[in-house]
Amino acid sequence: MMWVGAGLLLLVAVTGFGVVRTRDVTSQVVALGFYGVLMALVFFFFQAPDVALSQITVGALALPLMVMLAISRMKYRAHNQKAKGQRDA
Amino acid sequence: MPHALHLLPFLVAAWLFFCGLYGLISSRHLVHSVICLAILQSSTYILLLGIGYRVGGAAPIFADIAPGKITVDPVVQALMLTDVVVEAVVVALLLAMVVKAHEKAGTVSPDELRTLRG
Amino acid sequence: MRESLRIRLFLIFGGIFLLLYCYAAVDLPPWGSYRGPYGDVISRVAVYERHATDAVNAINYDYRAFDTLGEEFILFTAVLGVMMLLRREEGASTQDADKVSDDYRLSDTVRATAMPAIVATVVFGFYIGLHGQLTPGGGFQAGVVLASVPLLLYVCENTESFRRITSHTAVEILEAMGAASYALIGLAPLLFGLPLLTNFLPLGQTGDVFSSGTIALISACVGVEVTAAFLLVAYTYLEEIITGHIPEE
Repeated sequence: MMWVGAGLLLLVAVTGFGVVRTRDVTSQVVALGFYGVLMALVFFFFQAPDVALSQITVGALALPLMVMLAISRMKYRAHNQKAKGQRDA
Repeated sequence: MPHALHLLPFLVAAWLFFCGLYGLISSRHLVHSVICLAILQSSTYILLLGIGYRVGGAAPIFADIAPGKITVDPVVQALMLTDVVVEAVVVALLLAMVVKAHEKAGTVSPDELRTLRG
Repeated sequence: MRESLRIRLFLIFGGIFLLLYCYAAVDLPPWGSYRGPYGDVISRVAVYERHATDAVNAINYDYRAFDTLGEEFILFTAVLGVMMLLRREEGASTQDADKVSDDYRLSDTVRATAMPAIVATVVFGFYIGLHGQLTPGGGFQAGVVLASVPLLLYVCENTESFRRITSHTAVEILEAMGAASYALIGLAPLLFGLPLLTNFLPLGQTGDVFSSGTIALISACVGVEVTAAFLLVAYTYLEEIITGHIPEE
């Protein structure tokens, strides 16, 4: 049983490094969602169901959602600046 | 000499901490650095989990087991719940600041946003 | 400082710190051998003292309710900060920009699948929130689940219905009421001469939904506050895109 836990922890370490090394922000959001679900699995294995439920809702629902909202708002502004520049030019 | 397996959660927590810190230092996009901060915060979950775990322990929910049975530590799990909430909230506020910086300066690269302009 | 110099400095000093950490970690007790007293004490007495079968939520909302009060006010303050930073000022002149048209609807398959999902999510959210003291769950998890319901509604219908729900003043009022009622439930025992945040309501029978006194009540207040907080944050980020008004430079 400890070997399953050890394997999950090593997977978490590798995934964490993968999230950090993803440079494109939109792909990083997907990686963050996967990382959140993997952490929830680890919490389930470690007999912490309450924290696992919290981590699923926050790490796989709220966090990627907020990052995507921020990115889309920045893109909207940039798109409108460009459109305004083209209209005025 | 303790086995590496005995210290695995603590080593993974240190590794995640340094991964997050490396991402924060070498970041070229502010949103990328905010996500690396979230990874940094999640290293503390693994550390707390490693402290509170007991082999053969059950989950501290007594809806279907008798109270007094061997369980893992519930106090540490309560701390982790607060930690998860605080992570979500800190990321929300930091992203609002990133969006505002992008509006004012037009760029999201931390190197170009270095000097504070009044 | 150039980036390569930063990374090299980090690797040097990070390596030193990692060595010191490993030197200190060698003395830790091995993983899986928790020996501390408090966890065992709580496991033995939480069900009898508080009539709550979920020990983690009993700690969160009763034994260490003061920490959770601080956490709720962290949430409140952060949402306040987000709104202050990003909200459009009243009366600022705006320019109209492209926006998603109000009649835009997704395909029928997506809408037909999302509608039962709304029903299931609402029921699940209320179940998790009300059974916080019995099974894993509680106010915060229920709040986030319920906050996703207007987003599903946005998938089912158009942006107009989403905007009407989340920009209503009631959402702000509910958030403030959720945070304030937690503080008031904490202050009420002071009137009876008991310490702050004492569980002064009747404890009921273990296993009932209406048991464990203030734990269920606090859990409900936290759920209301968290739902409203996440809806406010989502609307503040999306306000420009939905209404199409950008402030003049």
